[in-house]
Amino acid sequence: MTREEKQEQMFELWLSGNGIEFVNQEAERSYRERVTRIKDAIQLKKVPDRVPVCPFTGLFPAYYAGITVQDLMYDYDKAAAAWKKYVFDLEPDAYMGMFLAPPGRFFEILDYKLYQWPGHGVQPDRSYQCLEAEYMKADEYDALIQDPSDFWVRVYFPRVFGALKPFEKLAPLTDVMEMPLTCGSFIPFGFPEVQAAFKAVLEAGNEAVRWAGVVRAVDQALQGQGFPAFVGGASKAPFDILGDTLRGTHGIMLDMYRQPEKLLRALEVLTPLAIRMGVSSAKAAGNPLVFMPLHKGADGFLSDQQFRTFYWATLRKVIMGLIEEGLVPFLFAEGGYNTRLEVICDLPKGKTVWLFDNTDMAKAKEILGDTACIAGNVPISLLTLGTAQEVKDYCKQLIKTAGKGGGFILCNGAVIDDVPPENLRALIESAKEYGIYS
Amino acid sequence: MEKEKMTELARALMELDEKRVYQLVDEKIKNGISPLDIIAECNEGMAGVGDLFSAGQYFLSQMLFAAEIFKNIMKQLEPIMPKAEASTSRDKVVIGTVKGDIHDIGKNIVVNLLRGSGFEVIDLGVDVPAEKFVEALRETGARVLGLSALLNFTYPEMKTVVEAVTEAGLRDKVTIIIGGAPCNEQVRQFTGADYYAEDAVAGVNICKKVYS
Repeated sequence: MTREEKQEQMFELWLSGNGIEFVNQEAERSYRERVTRIKDAIQLKKVPDRVPVCPFTGLFPAYYAGITVQDLMYDYDKAAAAWKKYVFDLEPDAYMGMFLAPPGRFFEILDYKLYQWPGHGVQPDRSYQCLEAEYMKADEYDALIQDPSDFWVRVYFPRVFGALKPFEKLAPLTDVMEMPLTCGSFIPFGFPEVQAAFKAVLEAGNEAVRWAGVVRAVDQALQGQGFPAFVGGASKAPFDILGDTLRGTHGIMLDMYRQPEKLLRALEVLTPLAIRMGVSSAKAAGNPLVFMPLHKGADGFLSDQQFRTFYWATLRKVIMGLIEEGLVPFLFAEGGYNTRLEVICDLPKGKTVWLFDNTDMAKAKEILGDTACIAGNVPISLLTLGTAQEVKDYCKQLIKTAGKGGGFILCNGAVIDDVPPENLRALIESAKEYGIYS
Repeated sequence: MEKEKMTELARALMELDEKRVYQLVDEKIKNGISPLDIIAECNEGMAGVGDLFSAGQYFLSQMLFAAEIFKNIMKQLEPIMPKAEASTSRDKVVIGTVKGDIHDIGKNIVVNLLRGSGFEVIDLGVDVPAEKFVEALRETGARVLGLSALLNFTYPEMKTVVEAVTEAGLRDKVTIIIGGAPCNEQVRQFTGADYYAEDAVAGVNICKKVYS
């Protein structure tokens, strides 16, 4: 099959609503209408009936339901109710899933260090936040390049999960071969502290299953009422995988100067892993969209040369790898991407979605409009501090420029947490009021 | 400053020639050049880095690398610094990430750049409550307060800090600058701050203006 046929097949799968128990025929019809609207906007073959509106909400459902972020992360039933309330009340064309409300108890069991969250360094009504540090040291590139999975399990896990610190003592699993060359590698599994770590793993696994059950039930309920999930899978740019969670911003920036060859090698090694992650998660969900939050490639972070060499080269490979599997990379370009537009338009037509934040949308439409569906840009400052009328005026203008001739999804620029509900309502209504293509 | 007029050390720092910078600093120390003179040259180099950033030729990556090199030089010079100089009354800036937000990459860049420009920076860290900002302003007499944020949750908190400075009777003595990804002119108006800094260099330039 060609990638076009594969993509068509993935869209068909999504559109079929296979496994969804629709509450009635109208819900089923709405579901198909919404998916078709998004599909048409993405593929650039046909102008959709109207501009799809898929707000990128983060913790908004908690604030809207009047519960704290802490409640959201610890009381799964409350979280489920909040998610449903938001979607049923405001009726977006697609919703962001409950993966954005990760289970607090799970991270407690593992004594997670990479983030702080309510009750663990953050107030109850505030978002979970990443704690950047060098979880991989500058001199550990060789170990990562040689065996990334081994590095993750025996070096990275012990550093980001306090409960898994004993994993440092594990032997490389690839040492296991033939009868006389096997038993030695298992000795660490006999250590009490390693066994305690495995108990934490089992407990965390149980919690993850419990949480996933609730998430699945919420998806079922929302989709059963005719609301598709906006994204199926997730992956990241290799540069961000390394920069966000392993080396940190500071570390990876210095590596570009001090050890560029090793950095490039590591990025290459991570590329197929990033593709695998996106493919397996999107295929399991039966939804072609692969969410990819982009961080360190934004305007101002890297020079043009650095962006092309260190960021885009491997990101493009991941994007192409996903496209070859019939998937649709959904790239969330936070910050500005004005200086990157000419570079990123080197992609096949109708295969990606670019969600922009501060990027000039007229320019994005001009440069990227024939290649990709663009989305986003309603400023979070406006949504937080402006009036509903101001939001509508902004959206109306945006639809005029960026929505011209299709290929556009109305959406906010940065993740929506605590904004006045009437402003989000105004954003959603704008698509229905100003976004009908005749 | 024009590149040709810069000293070799300043230029090497501006051009991020790390090895050459360390080599030159070592030579200068060996030749008995005073640490303060060495720092002055480095400040010039850091100013050059800031200029290149403003001109759109340097980016965050170069800023971070320059700051890293500068920090290493300061570490090397610290033990041989004349003690009295440590407490001279330089131009002071109080800075921190506001309460509820624990991000500090942006703030740290500003801090390094300010130090590289010769400011004394009182860095209060992250998740800083309003009263701590006020206390630091009182204690140090700093005339500039920088508020950093990454999350848009922080708009009301930045406003709270501005109000606390007003209540403390310091508002007319202190210039308040906000900065960070979610900030813009609309946010500045909402918070009541004096300036919104688009980037680190813009922030440093505002500090220079206040103290000029």
